[in-house]
Amino acid sequence: MDFRIFFSPVPTGETTYLGWLLTGLRTTVALSLASWVLALPLGTVLGILRTVPNRGLRAFAGAYVELFRNVPLLVQLFIWYFVVPEIVPGGQRFKQIDPFTGLFLTSFACLGLFTAARVCEIVRTGIESLPPGQENAGLALGFTLPQTYRHVLLPMAARLVVPPLTSEMLNIVKNSAVCSTLGLFELTAQGRQLVDYTAHAYESFTAVTVLYLLVNPAIQLVMRAVESRARVPGYLGSRN
Amino acid sequence: MYEFDWSSIPGALPFLWQGMKISLGITGVAVAAGIAWGTVLAVMRLSPARPVSLFATLYVSLFRSVPLVMVLLWFFLIVPSLLRDVLGLSHATDLRLASAMVAFALFEAAYYSEIMRAGIQSVSKGQRSAALALGMTPLQAMWHVVLPQAFRNMVPLLLTQAIILFQDTSLVYVSALADFFGAAYKVGDRDGRLVEMLLFAGAVYFVLCSAASWGVRVLRRRALA
Repeated sequence: MDFRIFFSPVPTGETTYLGWLLTGLRTTVALSLASWVLALPLGTVLGILRTVPNRGLRAFAGAYVELFRNVPLLVQLFIWYFVVPEIVPGGQRFKQIDPFTGLFLTSFACLGLFTAARVCEIVRTGIESLPPGQENAGLALGFTLPQTYRHVLLPMAARLVVPPLTSEMLNIVKNSAVCSTLGLFELTAQGRQLVDYTAHAYESFTAVTVLYLLVNPAIQLVMRAVESRARVPGYLGSRN
Repeated sequence: MYEFDWSSIPGALPFLWQGMKISLGITGVAVAAGIAWGTVLAVMRLSPARPVSLFATLYVSLFRSVPLVMVLLWFFLIVPSLLRDVLGLSHATDLRLASAMVAFALFEAAYYSEIMRAGIQSVSKGQRSAALALGMTPLQAMWHVVLPQAFRNMVPLLLTQAIILFQDTSLVYVSALADFFGAAYKVGDRDGRLVEMLLFAGAVYFVLCSAASWGVRVLRRRALA
């Protein structure tokens, strides 16, 4: 093991090998955050739709989840990249944009829509775990159904789903590594590139693994703060 | 408008089936070995001996923190040279399939151990106490009384994890091993019919995994009834 390799300059000279890894980490973080910003609202809406009385809306959200959960992420990614631009009108123009942007947008759409299906199931479980009396009470008080969701069910459910959403945030970072297969230079791909250039496989894989290991506690720290502020008074684990 | 041409699929079916056998083979080995090793890890994690439970905790959180792609790259790097040294194989032997099986088994064991841990904790304490009162050692109580019930309670979750694992086997793409997805990609690339082959592969995964998930749901409903 010779970790000094990270401080030697890359062939083009503008940075060190460590610089490559950090650029990769930046792409991983940017991609994960962007996808999360798409997945959270979309998944929340879908999760709500899965619990409403309207059969059609429920079936639509259910079909979305079925579709995105039963096809491997890698296959979805390849379909977004190789198939969608061919069969969607105007998709040809997408191929002309700069490769990094194209790859990033593809990965973003794929990861975001994939994770939305998982967020949907978390939100649905959160709403369904509330006692049915809460919804009935809201309706009995004269709230309309949307009002009951807005003022009774969602404020409670939102607090219950924080822990599973935290692990989903960790998942999105891990899942973003799949995008290295298309040639998006996130952390894993930079690690592989380092192996190609330096032949120091053990060192570069160790560095990449350590960087992934560091991302997790960072997210957990932030989410623990959210969690303790969001705890429902009187529930297990609450301080009040 | 894109003109679909599905004609390269029928001729490619035998090759795709070879790939599917690799996907299913990896899944089968990883499910069996993963559940076995995962159960051992779960028991270790609940053990009163600190070093034992610490090892299991570290193992599980390490594998759960690192992307599967990265784990696979590690194993494709380490396992071949290790196996060649131990078994004295020549460099020409293709060890990618063996590496993939080892990687998936060890990786999935971390996830299976979390399921089994929940399963063990779902068995009421009285069961263990009764077994101990009958004169069983703690390990006997675990093996003869707690684990059979834990396993039965967790069958739906273990199967759901197996479906996820089957989907994840497509990631052996990083080693260019021709599993079902790899085979479909190769054929599509060769014939210039990537669009059709990728859609076909997606449809096959979708049908298999939806059918399997539906089966798990039926099983769960029957278990509750």
